[in-house]
Amino acid sequence: MKKPFAITLDVGSSLANLTGSWRTERPVYLDRLPPCNATCAAGEDIQQWLFHAEEGAYETAWRVLMHDNPLPAVMGRVCYHPCESACNRGRLDESVGINSVERFLGDQALKEGWQIAPGADTGKRVMVVGSGPAGLSAAYHLRRLGHAVTVFEAQSAAGGMMRYGIPQYRLPRDVLDGEIARIVDMGVELRVDAEVSDLVATMQADGFDACFLGVGAQIGRRAYIPAGDANRITDAVSVLHGMAGDDKPLLGRRVVVYGGGNTAVDVARTARRLGAEESIIVYRRTADKMPAHAGEVEEAVEEGVKLKWLTTIKAAESETITVEKMELDDAGFPQPTGEFEVMPADSVVLALGQDVDTQMLEGLDLEMEHGSVKVDAGMMTDHAGVFAGGDMVDGERTVTVAIGHGKKAARAIDAWLRGTVYQVAPKNELATYERLNTWYYSDAEKTVRPVLDLIRRQSTFDEVRGGLDEGNALYEARRCLSCGNCFECDTCYGVCPDNAVIKLGPGKRFRFNYDYCKGCGLCVAECPCGAIKMVPEAV
Amino acid sequence: MKTSHIKFYQTGTYTVGNRLLSDADRSVQSTMERTNSLNSGHRACQGCGEALGARYAIDAAMRATGNRLIAANATGCLEVFSTPYPETSWQIPWIHSLFGNTAAVATGVAAALKVQGRDNTRVVAQGGDGGTTDIGFGCLSGMFERNDDVLYICYDNEAYMNTGVQRSSATPPAARTATTQAVGRSPGNVFGQGKNVPLIAMAHEIPYVATASVADVRDLEDKVTKAMAISGARYVHILVPCPLGWGSAPHDTIKLARLAIESGLFPVFEAEHGEITGRRHIRRQVPVEDYLRPQKRFAHLFKPVLQTDRLAALQAVADRNIRRFDLLEREDQV
Repeated sequence: MKKPFAITLDVGSSLANLTGSWRTERPVYLDRLPPCNATCAAGEDIQQWLFHAEEGAYETAWRVLMHDNPLPAVMGRVCYHPCESACNRGRLDESVGINSVERFLGDQALKEGWQIAPGADTGKRVMVVGSGPAGLSAAYHLRRLGHAVTVFEAQSAAGGMMRYGIPQYRLPRDVLDGEIARIVDMGVELRVDAEVSDLVATMQADGFDACFLGVGAQIGRRAYIPAGDANRITDAVSVLHGMAGDDKPLLGRRVVVYGGGNTAVDVARTARRLGAEESIIVYRRTADKMPAHAGEVEEAVEEGVKLKWLTTIKAAESETITVEKMELDDAGFPQPTGEFEVMPADSVVLALGQDVDTQMLEGLDLEMEHGSVKVDAGMMTDHAGVFAGGDMVDGERTVTVAIGHGKKAARAIDAWLRGTVYQVAPKNELATYERLNTWYYSDAEKTVRPVLDLIRRQSTFDEVRGGLDEGNALYEARRCLSCGNCFECDTCYGVCPDNAVIKLGPGKRFRFNYDYCKGCGLCVAECPCGAIKMVPEAV
Repeated sequence: MKTSHIKFYQTGTYTVGNRLLSDADRSVQSTMERTNSLNSGHRACQGCGEALGARYAIDAAMRATGNRLIAANATGCLEVFSTPYPETSWQIPWIHSLFGNTAAVATGVAAALKVQGRDNTRVVAQGGDGGTTDIGFGCLSGMFERNDDVLYICYDNEAYMNTGVQRSSATPPAARTATTQAVGRSPGNVFGQGKNVPLIAMAHEIPYVATASVADVRDLEDKVTKAMAISGARYVHILVPCPLGWGSAPHDTIKLARLAIESGLFPVFEAEHGEITGRRHIRRQVPVEDYLRPQKRFAHLFKPVLQTDRLAALQAVADRNIRRFDLLEREDQV
């Protein structure tokens, strides 16, 4: 044992002390469900695609997004983004501009021509009726799963309500065309001007193994209004549909829109752009009861659309209408007051909701419920092998919901074709604001998207909202708190007084070394995003 | 402080690491290659602030010196929990000294290295607040006065924790310790006593003095790194909460250090040759009560009756620090 002067011991170590035996609770890593993901009707993993966008890896981000949603450029324009209302950052400063980043990724994909490969061929054929968001989403997801898909569309172009319902100032048609073309390029057969009159016969004739119905709700609901000149009363679906053709609807100088939903707002804003001097929304309840989204109403008011609350239309005469004032009863329902008023109006557009066209479903004898087709948890109707989604089934009628239905149905159809039953993966526990340690996040305000000049919004159909450029999209993505999901900030690795957190390297996260973890809980308390929890040790 | 905070990178430099920063901008503690100077298996309590602070500081010093570092360590918690014979948790050359002579031992090591011509090996002395502000104070002052080439690091947990929580000259007013019981007309440690060693170090006009805490690892690492780039006597004073002595939950160690800073009770600043050259501004100011309430050593301020006058006196201490060290960011500085 030859040692240097004054040295008597070998180099020592304390690793024989397994201090993990002191522990009564142990930390464990987990993924919690971020509130954005929890509220997304299309079932997007928003936190994950933002995670990639934060690094500037836009294509990876887009591919994660495309795992759930085939139409990000559309969605980044027309989605009412409940994710942003739920965003935990909203309680810190302002919610993350998820929708604008989604649009940036969608536009980037169209610009760069990014494509999605179809899955390995399964030999199964699926028929999709309707090429709206639900049908396109189902077709896309079925194609990813390797099934052959044929889409039947009654109109001369695909897109459904995205083409024939949503005004161009919200969704430019070249964007829609681009995203549909990408789905067609995956090998989806699209048949336009192909109305399906007898579903069962078509399925048998062409040898389809399953069918997805996404025909929407196209029939504008009418209300009985005594009218001297019935031509002046029309419905919102026809007006918006008429915008797709060369002959634009003639609505006159003073347009009254009857209803309080998003469609009513779309029509009122469209009327302004068609040259109406007055565009008035008449609604029987109050502003806070209006089903339309606040942002849409706000933009409409900026453009000069007027709103008239607590009012019903009683009769329509040649150049006027008679309205009755309403008041809310204790239960919040409008009741007539007997006070009448006469308003000038060249035309009345009814935006009172839409019904499902049941004509083509007659041969199938599908079970209906409250005017919608009844489906089970896997979107299948009571007719085996026929699935349905979108506006024709019960639920909120938005593009986002329809896309979610299409995805869910596609996965259920896939399981059905394989002879199994589709199981929805169990959801993780919610990453609430209280789970976060917000000290660690930088202060950063939301980036606002540029808005088109007011005067151009009143007269043209140019897109109202601009997009983000790469610089501010990156900034916006980096405002994400990554709620409930590790983003590798190394804080647990740093704050452990016992070196009991092992860093596994970029993208691989961390692991606890329970031999030495004393269970102090510092990592849990300091984790910014709430991705660790303490659990009692088994005794 | 000259270090600029990197903004908008999700967490900036608040977290230990940040995958969005370039490697050069990342902290020592975020790297897989850090020394882990104080390794697993040490016998510090759950959530020990001193064990954490020591690893932060020595790992940073190791990187700054290219792993050519010798540490002298005063008797105290840090020595006792890390080196029970024949074990050691230290993965660096390390020498144990008496309670009171660490500064002198480190001076001797530095002198020996100089004689041997090993100028590229640097020396750190470290100890707790008892070994630094009380027992080892004479040796420390001598080391400063001679401007010996040693970085002295004091891990301040505000009492003699190892021997059973007795008062030191770094114990704050009103705090209960074994020797300042929460009894009588003025329970806990008396107001108007104790000493501020960072200011005394500055009075020696040594090249570098700084304070730091375990709540801000980037700041701590920057200061140790800067200290290692300077020759002569240097002093870094690190606040390290002690769950045992403070009567706080082990998972609150970092939170309490953060609240001490944000309330103004622990000013974080740096000074060169006796002049203050930088301070860490308060980010989200809190009343001292937020800091005091989670600690059992201050429990007598809140029950059985709320001691408003003593809380006001402690708030006055914080307010004075804020004024004296200019801890609030003013509009014209933003």
